[in-house]
Amino acid sequence: MEDKTYIGGIASGIKSLATGLKTTMREFFTPKITEQYPENRQTNQMFERFRGSLTMPHNEANEHKCIGCGLCQMACPNGSIKVSSEMYETEDGKKKKRLVKYEYDLGSCMFCQLCTNACPHGAIAFDQSYENAVFNRAKLVKQLNREGSKVAEKK
Amino acid sequence: MFNFTTITNWLHSFLTTTCGFAEWGAILTESVLVALVIITLYAVFAIALIYMERKVCAFFQCRLGPMRVGKWGLLQVFSDVFKMLTKEIISMRQTDQFLHNLAPFLVVMASMITFACLPWNQGAHIIDFNVGVFFFLAISSIGVVGILLAGWSSNNKFSLIGAMRSGAQIISYELSIGLTMLAMICLTGTMSFSEICNDQYVNGWNIVRGHVPAVIAFIIYLVAGNAECNRGPFDLPECESELTAGYHTEYSGMHFGYYYLAEYLNLFICAGMASTIFLGGWAPLQIAGLDGFNAVMAFIPGAVWFVGKAFFVVFLLMWLRWTFPRLRIDQILSLEWKYLIPFTMVNLVLMALCVAMGWTF
Repeated sequence: MEDKTYIGGIASGIKSLATGLKTTMREFFTPKITEQYPENRQTNQMFERFRGSLTMPHNEANEHKCIGCGLCQMACPNGSIKVSSEMYETEDGKKKKRLVKYEYDLGSCMFCQLCTNACPHGAIAFDQSYENAVFNRAKLVKQLNREGSKVAEKK
Repeated sequence: MFNFTTITNWLHSFLTTTCGFAEWGAILTESVLVALVIITLYAVFAIALIYMERKVCAFFQCRLGPMRVGKWGLLQVFSDVFKMLTKEIISMRQTDQFLHNLAPFLVVMASMITFACLPWNQGAHIIDFNVGVFFFLAISSIGVVGILLAGWSSNNKFSLIGAMRSGAQIISYELSIGLTMLAMICLTGTMSFSEICNDQYVNGWNIVRGHVPAVIAFIIYLVAGNAECNRGPFDLPECESELTAGYHTEYSGMHFGYYYLAEYLNLFICAGMASTIFLGGWAPLQIAGLDGFNAVMAFIPGAVWFVGKAFFVVFLLMWLRWTFPRLRIDQILSLEWKYLIPFTMVNLVLMALCVAMGWTF
């Protein structure tokens, strides 16, 4: 505290108290941030950066961006991700890798986001879903690539 | 203006003539009735204030507060009260049982008697005599004895520290309360609550009549009153982070409930006193010259005016409470002894000067 005179101290004290009172009075009239959860589950929107569960976005043609490189699997500290891939030969005789099955265990995921950061193609992302409770933990193991989906061709 | 004495006179004549009671019997019956009314009002106001506190606190913190039990959480406090009533009163070994059980009753008794001092309406004063303000100050100090006994008899260091802090704080701030009240008595020239109210009904509210010294006294009264109720930035007797709950840590069930009740009712009594002394009590808002407006305002019953003003002051006190952080004990005492006391004394002289020179409205 810097040295203040008796009267100066009172004046500055009253000024700062008035600032506090003004702030709380403004807060009194602002819309409240409380979400009443079970009632508003139809309309409740989680914020954009919320990490609900891992997903692999697919486009309308049922194509995803995953090339099956397995970097996410290596980046995952908990071993929640299992990428199965196979080698195949294209029409012009080149050997290429493609994704067969992308398994993700929500039950052991700690939402650190290292997998999405490791992905070179932005193939996986966290969504905003949060009602993830199930009765059987086997249900938490999800296959992220859809049936019959294939990797999107580079343009 | 509706005068409550018509009802009391009617009741008295009903008891004496129609029912054939003797004079002492009629007075006894009336006293019992008044006591019942007071106790009921006490409980009702406590419930209303606890609900208001939780909602106002929530709104200041950008929350909604209780919303689940009943519409807007209206039944929350009732369920809390029933929970409190069903809880066991635990008696502990190694404590002074007699004092431990006596303390909450002292606190609640002090707050009930001061509650009865409030002027509810014209003619509806329960305890009213020529040294009413003096009596009010004296009775409200009994509460501090209860708090000190609670801390002492709990055989718990933290409770004792809480009680000591509370004692030091309440006794210091009583000085400011007394001096601000003295300034207002200086203006009204009487210590009786009914005459203070009547005076304000005829001459206008004290805060307007007394202008500058009255406004200063009002602000100091709010600060000191908040401290007197152990609330707001001055709640370090309870101080949950340091002393668990202060002097009432060892209490359970309804004994704790009494402290809780008394805390909220003291808030209301503090606000009610502020509205009696500064804002006119049951006197309606009257603006000289606007006769139609005055007639409409006078049509509203005095009890509505009084309770409305009291709740307005309660809101001010809650605003203070949920804005400021808690003070340290040395800060509390230096605020009182170095700032409020000199200010109230100067203010008293200023008020006396204003009254003597006729500089009042």
